[in-house]
Amino acid sequence: MKDGALQRTLLTLAGAVVAVLLAFVVSSAAIIVAGADPGTALLAMFDFGATDIAVSSSIALILNRAVPLFIAGLAVAIGFRMNLFNIGVEGQYRVAALTAAFVGGQLALPAPVHLTVIIVVAMVAGGLYALIPALLKVYRGVNEVISTIMLNFIALSMAAYLVRGPLSGPRDEGQLTTSTTPLPESAQLPNANFLFDLFGMPAPRGAGLWGFIIVAVVVGVVIWALLSFTRFGFELKASGLNATAALASGVNPKTMVISAMVLSGAIAGLISMPEILGRSFAYGTGFTPGLGFLGIAVALLGRNQPVGIALAALLFGFLDRASAPLQFADIPPSVVTIIQGSIVLMVVIANEVTRRIALRWEERRAAARLAVPVKTGATA
Amino acid sequence: MGGVTLLRNKFGKLAVSTLAGAMLMVTAACGGGTDSGTAASPEASKSGLKVGLAFDVGGRGDKSFNDSAYAGLERAQKELGAEIKDLSPAGDGSNRGALLEQLAQAGYNPIIGIGFAYEADVKKVAAEYPDLQFAIVDSGSSGPNVTGLTFAEHQGSYLAGVAAALKSKSGHIGFVGGVKGALIEKFEAGFVAGAKATKPDIKIASEYLAPEGQFDGFKAPEKGKAEAEKMFQDGVDIVYHAAGDSGVGVFQATVEANKNGGGKWAIGVDSDQALTIKEADQQKIIMTSMLKRVDNGVYEFIKAFKDGAKGGQTVAYDLKVDGVGLSTTGDHISDVQAKVDEAKAKIVSGEITVPDKP
Repeated sequence: MKDGALQRTLLTLAGAVVAVLLAFVVSSAAIIVAGADPGTALLAMFDFGATDIAVSSSIALILNRAVPLFIAGLAVAIGFRMNLFNIGVEGQYRVAALTAAFVGGQLALPAPVHLTVIIVVAMVAGGLYALIPALLKVYRGVNEVISTIMLNFIALSMAAYLVRGPLSGPRDEGQLTTSTTPLPESAQLPNANFLFDLFGMPAPRGAGLWGFIIVAVVVGVVIWALLSFTRFGFELKASGLNATAALASGVNPKTMVISAMVLSGAIAGLISMPEILGRSFAYGTGFTPGLGFLGIAVALLGRNQPVGIALAALLFGFLDRASAPLQFADIPPSVVTIIQGSIVLMVVIANEVTRRIALRWEERRAAARLAVPVKTGATA
Repeated sequence: MGGVTLLRNKFGKLAVSTLAGAMLMVTAACGGGTDSGTAASPEASKSGLKVGLAFDVGGRGDKSFNDSAYAGLERAQKELGAEIKDLSPAGDGSNRGALLEQLAQAGYNPIIGIGFAYEADVKKVAAEYPDLQFAIVDSGSSGPNVTGLTFAEHQGSYLAGVAAALKSKSGHIGFVGGVKGALIEKFEAGFVAGAKATKPDIKIASEYLAPEGQFDGFKAPEKGKAEAEKMFQDGVDIVYHAAGDSGVGVFQATVEANKNGGGKWAIGVDSDQALTIKEADQQKIIMTSMLKRVDNGVYEFIKAFKDGAKGGQTVAYDLKVDGVGLSTTGDHISDVQAKVDEAKAKIVSGEITVPDKP
């Protein structure tokens, strides 16, 4: 048994190395077609800046991008675990961001309470918006992929209308962008630059590392524990692996669909919190869209495991930051998108190939183990 | 758990090379004796004028708004000897702030944000780098080191409306906006006002390709094409677009509409699109373009910076200073030019006040 586990680990390792190498081969081809040198591109991607502060700032940029992606990946993964495709994370986090930013801007509370209220409102709003497709699926059999895609469009247009109209904050004369009332100071999360001190690095310039990274780590640990050690986590996994068997052993599929969808939506509600509590302090025209869709890729890459999702989010953050250095090296930024795409594709292929090889080995080993006693019996 | 090991290994590699890269950089920095505590600007002044520019969604090559800005940047390179760098954001525009910050860190000064979507980001980054100068196109100044460059799009669009109303045979014209919002509504408002003032009974269709905040509406030629096709089917014969890169779709639809009976026109925006568009069949159907001289704004800002000007004010480019206007490439509007000039004179003199909201 130990032998098999070691073999499988080595196989996965080999698969990962091959996947990354292949991804770089594909990307290099794209870079050459774009008329640049792959070596320069690679160097540019690892160019974190000339000074200590620049390096810190680059790392902060990566982490600030990775944290929302990590949360998005978690939200998607909860649904994926039971074969629920919550494509609606995109709409859920938008609705949550608008609601939370608006409510937060109207209140005046002591800082810890204020922050908690905003975070809870975001989770409730995201969860409620996810409840719609869950109810439609359970009581009307509507496929959640279709309903969540439609709800994304509704969320987008509704939010665009609300932030211009009823929920719009004060606007300077001549200002062309719109946003909700900015959050008061008590709702602004302090940055987490002290983390750089721990590693003996200078604090980054500007807004620095968004403080929500700490909340995100806590959320990650809680989700991991929930999925690994609780009855809910087990039932979620069981329903995903075999819904009929789960039903036969007393798992109510309706309850599972609703609770998984609502939990996924509630986590999705947190996606925009790092930015709103750490930098923009409002929901407005500059809102970062698309994180819900990227979360699908992140969850896939991370194989629906919190640790894997964290690493996948860091990889995406790293690649996204490279967009500017690549342009400094006169390489088109679309190369980053190509690299991201090819890595996701190659890793998914490598996962499937290694899974099949591992399965074949398993079968062969089992066959050998069964065959051996018969043989010895015959010769004796 | 396989996925975890897989990613851990990959990440291990990544982390090692990142660390190695970072260490190399630090060593290089120490060797160069760069003081990590100071801003990047002293470096910049040593090597002369380094101008950084960050585009809006659509990026370079939209043959419209962004390319007009780039023309100004190129002129600064030629005439002022500036070292230039232009960056385009991700398709969703999510990294606008990061681009500005990275330009600042790389020692670029001044830094120009193209498009009102940079409003919040320029304000934030300018506050974080008070020793650098910033400019924002399409928005007012938001700090002592920010120069605002605004354009009277509604005045230029008014003239486009006058020309369209006079040239339209069906009495039905259309407007396609890229992304709903206060900026593009200025184009719409001016266009409608100009057309209505010329022919009070004219029918005007107005459509937007994306709701506010969804900036991919400036980068969706297929949507622009579908919208224009619909308008032509409804009897519209002239379509004015303010949709950045999506405008190419409007031109394509116009070319196709002309195949089933001629007389259909498109009006370009920001750049003189009859010149910036490469396809000959599309050049022919561009009646005129509402010029928005972002190139002049960008060039004049860089020149003023070189001469020592500081930010804190907003420069308005209106009809009076030819900051906006109509192009005459192709001579398609020479028959109505007199009426257009008359309207222009009335706006400049203040006799006509053009609304900037629909």
